[in-house]
Amino acid sequence: MTTILFIGAILLLVIFGMLLKVQSMVDVVRGSFTKRAGFSNQVNAVLFLIFLVVGLGLFYWITVDSRQYYLPEAASEHGPKIDNQFWTTMIIITIVFVGTHLLLFTFPYLYQFKESRKATFFPDNHKLEFVWTIIPAIVLTILVLGGYKVWSEVTSPAPANHISFEIVGKQFNWMLRYPGKDGILGKHNFRKIDATNTLGIDFTDKNALDDFMPGEIHIPVGIPVKFNIRSRDVLHSVFAIHFRQKMDAVPGMPTSFWFTPTKTTADMRAETGNPNFTYEIACTEVCGAGHFGMKSKIVVDEPEDYAKWLETQQSFLSQNPDYIKDVPENLRSLAEQQLPKQAVTDSTTVVKAAASIQ
Amino acid sequence: MATQDVHAATLDHAHAAGHGHDHHDDHDEHHEQSFIRKYVFSEDHKIIAKQFLITGLLWALLGGALSMLFRLQLGFPNMDWTWLKPVLGNWIVDNKLDPNFYLAMVTMHGTIMVFFVLTAGLSGTFSNFLIPLQVGARDMASGFLNMLSYWFFFISSALMLISLFIETGPASGGWVIYPPLSALPQAMPGSGMGMTLWLTSMAIFIASSLLGSINYISTVINLRTRGMTFTRMPLTIWAFFLTAVIGILSFPVLFSAALLLIFDRSFGTSFYLSEIYINGQPLDNMGGSPILFQHLFWFLGHPEVYIVLLPALGITSEVIATMSRKPIFGYRAMIGSMIVIAFLSFIVWAHHMFVTGMNPFLGTIFMFLTLIIAVPSAVKAFNYITTLWRGNIIFTPAMLFSIGLVSLFISGGLTGIALGNSAIDIQLHDTYFVVAHFHLVMGSASFFGMMAGVYHWFPKMFGRMMNEKLGYIHFWMTFAGVYLVFFPMHYIGISGFPRRYYSFTSYDTFNMYQDLNSFISVAAIITFSSQLIFGFNFFYSIFRGRRATQNPWLSNSLEWTAPINAGHGNWVGAIPNVYRWPYDYSKPGHALDYIPQNVPHWETVESNLDHENDLIAFEREMEAEALADPQSAH
Repeated sequence: MTTILFIGAILLLVIFGMLLKVQSMVDVVRGSFTKRAGFSNQVNAVLFLIFLVVGLGLFYWITVDSRQYYLPEAASEHGPKIDNQFWTTMIIITIVFVGTHLLLFTFPYLYQFKESRKATFFPDNHKLEFVWTIIPAIVLTILVLGGYKVWSEVTSPAPANHISFEIVGKQFNWMLRYPGKDGILGKHNFRKIDATNTLGIDFTDKNALDDFMPGEIHIPVGIPVKFNIRSRDVLHSVFAIHFRQKMDAVPGMPTSFWFTPTKTTADMRAETGNPNFTYEIACTEVCGAGHFGMKSKIVVDEPEDYAKWLETQQSFLSQNPDYIKDVPENLRSLAEQQLPKQAVTDSTTVVKAAASIQ
Repeated sequence: MATQDVHAATLDHAHAAGHGHDHHDDHDEHHEQSFIRKYVFSEDHKIIAKQFLITGLLWALLGGALSMLFRLQLGFPNMDWTWLKPVLGNWIVDNKLDPNFYLAMVTMHGTIMVFFVLTAGLSGTFSNFLIPLQVGARDMASGFLNMLSYWFFFISSALMLISLFIETGPASGGWVIYPPLSALPQAMPGSGMGMTLWLTSMAIFIASSLLGSINYISTVINLRTRGMTFTRMPLTIWAFFLTAVIGILSFPVLFSAALLLIFDRSFGTSFYLSEIYINGQPLDNMGGSPILFQHLFWFLGHPEVYIVLLPALGITSEVIATMSRKPIFGYRAMIGSMIVIAFLSFIVWAHHMFVTGMNPFLGTIFMFLTLIIAVPSAVKAFNYITTLWRGNIIFTPAMLFSIGLVSLFISGGLTGIALGNSAIDIQLHDTYFVVAHFHLVMGSASFFGMMAGVYHWFPKMFGRMMNEKLGYIHFWMTFAGVYLVFFPMHYIGISGFPRRYYSFTSYDTFNMYQDLNSFISVAAIITFSSQLIFGFNFFYSIFRGRRATQNPWLSNSLEWTAPINAGHGNWVGAIPNVYRWPYDYSKPGHALDYIPQNVPHWETVESNLDHENDLIAFEREMEAEALADPQSAH
């Protein structure tokens, strides 16, 4: 089978080669090689016009047809500002794109070779060159200043009333940690990581005692929220698409971004008409085979629902009382408040039991 | 009267044809060389150029084929891959492509295209071929280093090729090989032996590139023929010269980045590694920074964009002027903008890093610097269009590809204005919008420049013509194809689709555009297949193409004054003197629509501008000097 295909391919090539030879001989007889530009020249000139018209038509069609999918609905305070920057830029570059292509593709048609004509000797024109240096410079300055304003705003320190939590990337999922009632995330240490304490929470820090690790992100609408971003193995990147935020997760270097969500998940479901709408986080820095599946969900609640959700969350220690052995003596009593009621009755047994398991 | 003889030879095709016949014989003026010295370990820049070209084209075929495979995955995620098992073997798991191998192909496609095709294949080919011929030199400053440059490239190619076939697969962390992913073999299979081979291969590649660049720079500075001042050099030479300067300043930085990564991988250092817990183990590495690698990498990585693009722009300038039968518009502005671009290319690298956790203030600075680059680029685009205006255009395949390049340069360059704006980049970074942007402005545009160069200088390289009709078909299929492949990617990117994704099915946010992705894949396969037309045309024409005349495009530049199939040394007899710039096309008053650079002004009194008449006395002196100089005769 393969050999037949192989022989077939060779035969095709040979036939092709012979056709080519015949064609070029015909051309020689016709004398097309002695002419500087023949019929092909006109064909190519016309093709540029056709390419222009068809191309612009397709450009218009796909631009209109894809409108439903453009930048997913912005759901943060700064989101519309970024979108605004984007669309302003896009409109300007579309004008330049269409304008330059009108010239670039009509000139070949208009000035195709004619034996009788001589090209215009036009080596330079300082006025013209000055104009088209200065105009792009001005337009770009305006765009840069607009971008600078939005960029400074988006990257400014989070306002004092913000809430924060931690999102940590690993191959291949995102892990979350909220600070608990004290509002402060406890310390962490990568050497303390194990199969359960996947973030290496350091229980010698009293702020860590009430930290909890939920399965999905909940944030309240209208309140600035800061994502403290870490990675525990390779680079990842948190892309919160609808909130127009993105930041790499870098092992050894904590990063962050903040935004103020403006639409709850329920709002978005109503707005998009999609009853299953979910805010999703994607990983946008290649991190290995599972890169494409590194997804997390964000639920944006009304503040009261968020408060209710917080109430239902149980601290890491309460779910994994074994770790109380890591808590130093002076914090033990504080830690015991986290434990479920029956466990508290005899925390020392727990510690002993945990020790024996180890 | 050597110069006049050479000039006469330009117009006298009979003389040229005479040379065409002794194609297969050794050239009269040279002693017999063994086959190995002549074609394998050759020191002749023309042979070395062809070696670079053919190696580059083979790499392009492989790099393109890899992209076909991952386009199949993206376009048809439910496809049964069993039929490719004979080729891909164990990379097909349960009739599906292994995601690790998907990333490996993406990585190798990028590496191959950027370095092996568009750096070595484009710049290596045409810098080598054109610099001595266009500045009027018998060879490069050092033929030996030049030979080494190719053979280092060859070793580097061999290592990279081998890495494709090892069990754990080639490097897979993206062509940017960001650590820690690339530093830790436990993070992905490709970071094992494949990465070691990648780093070794690249280190050797850098040596090759530097050997080449040193040669290009010294040749341009020292070996220009009498009268070839810097402002009389064709724009191709300016482009190659500046490219070499950029390469010599930036490639060593990539070398140091790679070296530190080798240390981290093999000798337990922590330049890029810190606080890592992987595979159930905390690592001992502390205090390193992955961001450091990114700074070092992009300090080459961004100039690299111009290393591949500038030669293409240089080639285009030459072809557009020649085939429009018009001087390039704004010759000095073209040089100026290339110098500005070359300079700015060194201080914009961190626009690849707006969202890596770098200080936002740095982001601000780099946004300002980045958008400045749009100004010289705009000047270049406008100058090309103005060169076409009121020209007398002949559409050779080279000319078509050059016009195509200008179009792609504009389309791809404009979206750079969006991406260079750090505020917008937050949303667009690492999405398909970026993929669309750089494939148009850097990938396709440079590839078009390479194609223009091959079609244009093929007669000079091989003494034969390529088939024009096939060239036209090749161009129109490629041009339409490139737009059909990369233009829709902007829309996919605007919707937020991240790049380097094996599939998008697990996301609700990315549940559309499967039809568009399938369309892109089909368009890509057709576009790739149409390159086979070129491949056939290229190899067929080397042996069976119509014999070329000495100056088939009626061009002004110096390479066309050398005999067809010139031997080592390029010119028989004296090297021609240069009396004018290379763009005296359609000069009013002159009977022909071109005046080659070696025609003195005293022969063209009817078309001289006032200040040119003043040059005649000086030119006479120069000619007398040349005749008295034993060095200039052969």
